[in-house]
Amino acid sequence: MAVLLNKDSRIICQGITGKTGLFHAVGCHAYGKEINGAGVVGGVTPGRGGQVVEGFPVWNSVSEAVAKEGANVSMIFVPPFGAADAILEAIDAGVELVVCITEGIPVLDMLAVKEFLAKTNVRRKSEGKAIVRLIGPNCPGIITPGQAKVGIMPGYIHKVGTVGIVSRSGTLTYEAVHQTSTLGMGQSTCIGIGGDPVKGMEFIDALELFNGDAQTESVIMIGEIGGTAEEEAAAWIKKNMKKPVVGFIAGITAPPGRRMGHAGAIISGGSGTAESKMKAMEAAGIAVSPTPAEMGITLQKRLKG
Amino acid sequence: MKIHEYQAKELFRNAGVAVPKGIAAFSVKEAVDAASALHQEGIESYVVKAQIHAGGRGKGGGVKLAKTRADVETLAKQILGMTLITHQTGPEGKLVKRLYIEEANPPKKEMYLSLILDRDRSCISLLASAEGGMEIEELAVNEPEKILTLPIDPTTGWQAFHSRKLAGFLGLSLDPKSPGKLFGQIHNFMEKLYAFFIAKDCSILEINPLAIVGEGESQRLVALDGKINFDDNALKRHPDVAQLQDPDEEDAAELEAAKFDLNFISLYGNIGCMVNGAGLAMATMDIIKHYGGDPANFLDVGGGATADKVREAFKIITKDKKVKAIFVNIFGGIMKCDTIAEGVIAATKEVGLKVPLIVRLEGTNVDKGREMLEKSGLQIISAKSMADGAQKAVQAMKEGL
Repeated sequence: MAVLLNKDSRIICQGITGKTGLFHAVGCHAYGKEINGAGVVGGVTPGRGGQVVEGFPVWNSVSEAVAKEGANVSMIFVPPFGAADAILEAIDAGVELVVCITEGIPVLDMLAVKEFLAKTNVRRKSEGKAIVRLIGPNCPGIITPGQAKVGIMPGYIHKVGTVGIVSRSGTLTYEAVHQTSTLGMGQSTCIGIGGDPVKGMEFIDALELFNGDAQTESVIMIGEIGGTAEEEAAAWIKKNMKKPVVGFIAGITAPPGRRMGHAGAIISGGSGTAESKMKAMEAAGIAVSPTPAEMGITLQKRLKG
Repeated sequence: MKIHEYQAKELFRNAGVAVPKGIAAFSVKEAVDAASALHQEGIESYVVKAQIHAGGRGKGGGVKLAKTRADVETLAKQILGMTLITHQTGPEGKLVKRLYIEEANPPKKEMYLSLILDRDRSCISLLASAEGGMEIEELAVNEPEKILTLPIDPTTGWQAFHSRKLAGFLGLSLDPKSPGKLFGQIHNFMEKLYAFFIAKDCSILEINPLAIVGEGESQRLVALDGKINFDDNALKRHPDVAQLQDPDEEDAAELEAAKFDLNFISLYGNIGCMVNGAGLAMATMDIIKHYGGDPANFLDVGGGATADKVREAFKIITKDKKVKAIFVNIFGGIMKCDTIAEGVIAATKEVGLKVPLIVRLEGTNVDKGREMLEKSGLQIISAKSMADGAQKAVQAMKEGL
């Protein structure tokens, strides 16, 4: 089962003629092909339609890729000032899963994207269509081990299994993956929701999906300082979650008022602290991992009761 | 990015947002000239304001009233070059190198106003209070009912009904015939301010206090202070804003790191850290603390760093005299472990290695990276996990080389 991404996904890459876009399109394709899963069917670069790069057909627009190849997943590697426009184009074309890897998009650009996405989904719901999901920006992407990879994560550390992972941090996701793979649990789907303050999917969206997924038996949720998404997720978990959840929060030593690498990782006006998030998690019955090195073991202990 | 009050007011003035008259000064002579120029415009008394990027300047003695131009000279001599300590500067304080000479405006009423990028609601929100001059964070905790929060729908933008809500909350008359027509003033003020926020990609814009000055028909609404934070992601499309950065307000190591596109933040501890990924970099600081140490810095070399970038990052850490041990913690994804090893070896050849170096490598090309470090002849303490590395770093920091 897993969520959002599977071996039948039709993946394209927006920005495929750029160096980074092409590098990762090749990587995702290779991952999919090696496991008999989903590869990358092509890419989009406006003005470069008709060309072929590394064997991938290039189209001028996302709509064209949807019409010709039935594209339903787009991975975006467009530079920051053009990335919001690329997301809007993918949403408009009806791609159901839009994954934006780009870091450094101005936040005001993302406000417009969020609004357009919300309006589009209201319309799609009324038409009986599936809603469009946006992952990111500023994220590693999403992977369903054994089926497909859309993003920049190293595929080989993953293992097909039962743990759903959702995280605001890329490399901390890799830590959680590595730990659960080593302990033999493996992963159902790993979703990196990204480090920006205004983004697509939030923790709750991912948790809802994991809650309803038969393959997912437990969840690791990795948060960090800034905002209140972890507190909201904890409240949601307490009310709705049927599966065990392990949590970790990065940034207990972060000084207030400083942007810790991620645009969204900042304690401002006394809110968004790691302490507040850990407290909310504990109050919701989430097992909080004391260090980033113990996420896997904390989950194992939790499962053994 | 933050800017000074005088720069914020210049931007406000150009955007049509009401501010008092004022001129920036970098020397005592310039301060006296500024006062004379203001005097020419009929101004009789002045405020001499220290320009540093920290709040609480008034309490720290950095904002003083001058009744005459001679007073301006005396105060400028006093404030320029002083080390101003406020609750936001830390105990070491900040050296004052710039002044702002402004017309004195005894406020009849002081209010609070800010526009913020509201991440929880995905819009711009207004915060306002009829009580100005206070710390909004304190007010939010102690008397939240005194704060108005108004989320602005991005499609409508700022509308007159928003202004009516705001004026009502602040106790300003909506009557178009009221003395001074304050409603018209605040509506104009807010329309301009909201447009400015969007035009320049701000993330926080705070006016504390917003004041009513003057009497009767000549009442005016003006921003007596102005603080702006800009969205760093958008700076490249606002070169006019980017050039307002004051290097004196930034940490030297952080400026150096920024040249190489490294995410670096100086901290107070003594274990230097080099990590890939912002989340892992924060978590590495946390795990050092967990095992009884203190991180000297936050450093994310990024996902696609070259050996050159790693070398520069390593040099920046070793330059810090507080550092008694260095912990390199890498989970290679796109970043390859051999690239890290290459950069570390190159840096140590260049600047030497005077403190213990603890390295934990995992992920892409890990074997190649470990082999390179082993063969380099460097005295490296290798760690088999992040927890192992953090513990060894804390121990090595205590014992030295």
